[in-house]
Amino acid sequence: MDTAALRDLIPGVLAALVRRGADFATAEDAVQEALIKALETWEPGRGPDDPKAWLITTAWRRFLDLTRADVARRNREVRTAVEVPPGPTALVDDTLQLYFLCAHPSLSPASAVALTLRAVGGLTTRQIARAYLVPESTMAQRISRAKRTVSEVRLNRLGNLGTVLRVLYLVFNEGYTGDVDLSAEAIRLARQLAAATDAPEVAGLLALFLLHDARRPARTRADGTLVPLAEQDRTLWRHDLITEGVAVLQAALAADRLGEYQAQAAIAALHADARTADETDWVQIVEWYDELVALTDSPVARLNRAVAVGEADGPRAGLAALAELDPALPRHTASAAYLHERAGDIARAAQLYVEAADQAHTVPERNHLLLKAATLHQRLGSPGDAKRLPG
Amino acid sequence: MAKYLLLKHYRGAPAAVNDVPMDQWAPEEIEAHLQYMKGLATHLESTGEFVDAQALAPTGAWVRYDGEGKPPVTDGPFAETKDLVAGWMIIDVDSYERAVEVAGELSAAPGAGGKPIHEWLEVRPFLGDSDACHGE
Repeated sequence: MDTAALRDLIPGVLAALVRRGADFATAEDAVQEALIKALETWEPGRGPDDPKAWLITTAWRRFLDLTRADVARRNREVRTAVEVPPGPTALVDDTLQLYFLCAHPSLSPASAVALTLRAVGGLTTRQIARAYLVPESTMAQRISRAKRTVSEVRLNRLGNLGTVLRVLYLVFNEGYTGDVDLSAEAIRLARQLAAATDAPEVAGLLALFLLHDARRPARTRADGTLVPLAEQDRTLWRHDLITEGVAVLQAALAADRLGEYQAQAAIAALHADARTADETDWVQIVEWYDELVALTDSPVARLNRAVAVGEADGPRAGLAALAELDPALPRHTASAAYLHERAGDIARAAQLYVEAADQAHTVPERNHLLLKAATLHQRLGSPGDAKRLPG
Repeated sequence: MAKYLLLKHYRGAPAAVNDVPMDQWAPEEIEAHLQYMKGLATHLESTGEFVDAQALAPTGAWVRYDGEGKPPVTDGPFAETKDLVAGWMIIDVDSYERAVEVAGELSAAPGAGGKPIHEWLEVRPFLGDSDACHGE
């Protein structure tokens, strides 16, 4: 059994301990130790017949040891908490419960993300710290505080799936930093969640991840600069992921319970469907943005809709849609620059690209916008030439 | 080994020799510049001298405590300031001379017309390293 397959068992094992009444923080430690023991003692390719049952038994014993040690140290009586509580907990899938716990509304988004990656994903604290570029001790504190916060939570009813999906979305968007591929981790966690529930929005989120990740090989050049969607080499897209994403999305849409992630995935699927940028079905994309705006009333969705309108009905229509939105929205200036460029107003576009570069949130985004400005200035007969010193 | 901060300024540094705003460069000049910076960081990693590099947004705010029970006072996001840091690189090197050498290489990054920018960078030793001034 390889490490990845072993990691897939973590949520079920941890949830089983928690359902038996183990407090979350100690259970998590016990499961990590059981995993280490598994890696040390199992012969390569020859684990026990039922690895999950082995892990639960080992982790449970370890939990009891830890609790006893804790009790002895603090000179306290054995907690009543180690008894299996009665109740409807068993009706809900263990894995699902663990997701709800790690994304509990009492946690801040950053804490929920860290706890999910640690407890559900089985990443080490060091890996999570490196992925988020914070010191390991900081991440260790964030995780242990989060564990303390949720250790009071009783796992006896369904949590809010929306918060779980938002946490996975945040993980996915972090992308690839350092040595941990968080997009791949988010996809793995979304797959696992989709296996535990048939909620269409879970499938929608998984489809969205797959369809976006499919474009990753085409999204950046070797030097790290961004390639906009319209200019990407579509032969580099991962067609295996697109096929899977479209299939997952179609199954979700068949349930006829539309949500924001299904709508976003539908937009991504329409992009994936176009062999060239010119073949993109922008009219349908605008319709999906209308759905998305109706579902979320999100200003970001309205902004993206305005850009899509610019493609479907022409840049002037896009600018008119953009004019109704708050100019302080992220990427508002960049979108205005793009639509002015499409409308042929190059001088205005160049000026807006410079402003947008100043407002950029990432270095690759800033470099991309500066390059756009420079390209347009060159087309205008660069005013910068006059200022240049003689060589 | 001693750590040095190499500070790059949006405002506040003496004017560079080749002082043309980046959006006025030719696109291939921007690409050459980015390539050079990436190459230098990779080189400093390979020599075991690179610690960190970060860029900062051009807007920020001044903030200070305003007394018990009051929210902090802010001035910004477009605070008037003579000095505006654009970003930094931190290196861990054997000597002050080496820090100056690295800063010189950073300052030689190509700009408009493919010519070096000759940008002024601020080189600041970290306090707390007992040998931070070694070699001066």
